[in-house]
Amino acid sequence: MLRLVAARLGLGIVSLLLVSLAIFAITSLLPGDAAEELLGQYATRETVAGLRAQLGLDLPGHVRYLHWLGGLITGDFGRSLANGVPVAQLIGSRLPNSLMLAAATAAVSVPLALTIGITAAMWRGGAYDRAVSMLTLSVVSVPEFLVATAAVIVFAVHLRWLSALSAATDITSVAQFFRVFALPVFSLCCVIIAQMVRMTRAAIIDQLRAPYVEMAVLKGVGPFRVVLRHALPNAIGPIANAVALSLSYLLGGVIIVETIFNYPGIAKLMVDGVATRDLPVVQACAMIFCAAYLVLVTTADVVAILANPRLRHR
Amino acid sequence: MAPQLEVRDLEVRARNAAGEEVPIVRGASFALEKGEVLALIGESGSGKTTIALSLLGYARPGCRIAGGSIRLGETDVLALSRRELRHFRGRRVSYVAQSAAAAFNPSRTVMAQVTEMALLHGVASREAAERRAVDLFRALALPDPEGIGARYPHQVSGGQLQRLMAAMALIAEPELVVLDEPTTALDVTTQIEVLRAFKQVVKGSGTTAVYVSHDLAVVAQMADRILVLRNGEMQETGPTARILAAPENAYTQSLLAAADPVPRGAEAPPETEPLLTVRGLSAGYGRTGADGMPAVPVLRDIDFTIRRGSSLGVIGESGSGKSTLARVIAGLLPAARGEVLLDGQALPPALAQRTPSHLRRIQLVFQSADTALNPRRSVAGILGRPIEFFHGARGADRDRRVRRLLDLVQLPAALADRHPGELSGGQKQRVNLARALAAEPDLILCDEVTSALDTVVGAAILDLMDELRRELGLSTMFISHDLHTVRSVCDEVMVLYAGERVEAGSRRAIQEAPWHPYTELLISSVPELRQGWLEERGSVRGPEVTETSKPACAFFPRCGLAIPGTCDLVAPPRRMLSKGAEILCHREEADLLRAAIPAGP
Repeated sequence: MLRLVAARLGLGIVSLLLVSLAIFAITSLLPGDAAEELLGQYATRETVAGLRAQLGLDLPGHVRYLHWLGGLITGDFGRSLANGVPVAQLIGSRLPNSLMLAAATAAVSVPLALTIGITAAMWRGGAYDRAVSMLTLSVVSVPEFLVATAAVIVFAVHLRWLSALSAATDITSVAQFFRVFALPVFSLCCVIIAQMVRMTRAAIIDQLRAPYVEMAVLKGVGPFRVVLRHALPNAIGPIANAVALSLSYLLGGVIIVETIFNYPGIAKLMVDGVATRDLPVVQACAMIFCAAYLVLVTTADVVAILANPRLRHR
Repeated sequence: MAPQLEVRDLEVRARNAAGEEVPIVRGASFALEKGEVLALIGESGSGKTTIALSLLGYARPGCRIAGGSIRLGETDVLALSRRELRHFRGRRVSYVAQSAAAAFNPSRTVMAQVTEMALLHGVASREAAERRAVDLFRALALPDPEGIGARYPHQVSGGQLQRLMAAMALIAEPELVVLDEPTTALDVTTQIEVLRAFKQVVKGSGTTAVYVSHDLAVVAQMADRILVLRNGEMQETGPTARILAAPENAYTQSLLAAADPVPRGAEAPPETEPLLTVRGLSAGYGRTGADGMPAVPVLRDIDFTIRRGSSLGVIGESGSGKSTLARVIAGLLPAARGEVLLDGQALPPALAQRTPSHLRRIQLVFQSADTALNPRRSVAGILGRPIEFFHGARGADRDRRVRRLLDLVQLPAALADRHPGELSGGQKQRVNLARALAAEPDLILCDEVTSALDTVVGAAILDLMDELRRELGLSTMFISHDLHTVRSVCDEVMVLYAGERVEAGSRRAIQEAPWHPYTELLISSVPELRQGWLEERGSVRGPEVTETSKPACAFFPRCGLAIPGTCDLVAPPRRMLSKGAEILCHREEADLLRAAIPAGP
């Protein structure tokens, strides 16, 4: 089992290296030159060449890649080309905000989604199950900017219960925390719960068709115990994967929500970086998104390995 | 005294594809005294499992118990509420399923599942339940009774799982145990040990039991009374001895006749030229090592010949390598060593290197027609594809060939437009066979083609194959775990054990003593159609072995005639017996003859 887990982790690291290569290659291909962009209309050939040498842009690609990779490993993400501030510092000021939003959303959505998915599987075919199916389908089909905007109009503009902007700077009380996070968390939950519910329900129903479930019923096991003790342990693998995939969206795909609520998160930082050709910022943000994704997916795989006795006892 | 179990006018209905409710069990009535064992016997679709499940107040999804009454002790089972049913199941009636491998939850330990019922129904504390479980494990002759509970189902063999399931059924000391084909999925050599354990525990504890089976010989060992079912209706019921000796119902008579197959083919192979020759064949799975052998060797040093128009039976238990042999000959798995000659020409080991003519001349028929036939294509489409591929026939010519093939396997031409889902099991297996015949092959490899079928249907398929062999001059290799089947269709038999050819000879030679000890174990493990056979047959136990060393003779740990010091250290020699069979054994012919049981019928 240890070998299996180690192999999976090793695979994760190799993927991360390949991803870093891809990110570096793609960002290098972006049109425009940071030196020209920085100097603007005052650029002369000499000043551009000078700045390029100063920024290390005149070195061959593989040398720059290795420099960058070495920096990443030692925690040095380089300096922003736009304002000279270390990228690590820029990210440091934004990442906690993004993580807080992600954590709050995960804390609400995962238990809710699992509960709804499991109960829907338990009473499959009934009115409750059909209602859940219809609701999740309709929620997942509505784009998140619409959900977010609608939520702002209803709760912030008309009802005036909550603030439309979410500057997560000065949170001192639970009530305040709730006021700041309620709307973005609600909007994000709408997007990710639906998928988790559907996958959880499908994974459990798949197990409920197995002969050992019929056996459990014939042993006199009640419906709750059948689902929780017999079916659920065998469905953990697919459920963990569905959860990981949904949560990975929280780091990379929240840009619209961050923009609508003017939330100072990392996705917004990356978009600003693209606008100013600030390659070190873009590269660092992209690496963070990819790393987070890999960590989630690898965790899901390791959980699936640990949950399966055939793999656990190898 | 009122009987322990009384079923009266039971009717179970099921919804068919058209949404109509049709009865699948009608007017079933029987009663069972305390401590009696009743067998429900019939073929698939006879309603025997449906009746068995209804004794637990359960009907499969899509079915419902529509009428009649079931009384256990003082309880009217069909009047129980859901909640009462939960407490009734497991505590008062328990169930042993056909496939223990599927009925055990793969992610929970054996002990947790065995004791669950006792804990759930509050019959015993955890310690008491586990103590009782270990006692049951011991009574069921399970190895390591103290430790086996901590294992997961995948760490336990099929025969052991089946016994663990019996322990699970008995843990709460129920009044009635329902056993649903509990040994059907097992090898004969395993079945006998499981049957012995079941019988000892059921008789020992005086439990009332209902035993569902399609196998009369097994039932003869277990049941006091037999109830014969067909198409959901009772045909005949009576004491086991009477049903076996003097069946009154015509259907019962046909069942008894099918259990004792008539020999087909010849006693010895025809003297024609060899069609397929296999020399020094070794194969397996996994990475190939430095010595050219794969990491998991499955077949070792196999030699045999199939003559034109003859039939070779390959027999062995699961894991003996018999299906792998078919895969190697068909080219699906390239051999690691040795060669396969077709008409004296060496065949390339891998499928990709074989010519269309090679592919056409050797055809494989798989065990399960359900998975081998594409459910979305019509029978004409399934048969037309190989006709087009191998013979380039199209349009009217192709249709004519499809009709001829259907005629060949004795199916009406009207079936051509049907899909596999609309056919019965026997019809599907005939289409499966016709698909192989479409190529006009010289050799057909049949992998357990009748084992999923009822005895009567399977016998008809065997008759058909024998006819085809004579009419078309086909050669067949017939793989089976069932000695009866192989003996009834083949003129030569090869016995595989752990990937080695332990005995090979003509059919006549296989029917005479002496045998290789493994062949003898196989022959003596096939239940005979008479009561008391199980008690008469002694248990075969090999010498105690440590599991770390791999004995030179793979059969050493199970062999009743093993010579410690020789058999575990020196590879057994090939030996020619005077009856004309070759065996792989250290023992002299005289020793084997002395140990042999009298030949079967």
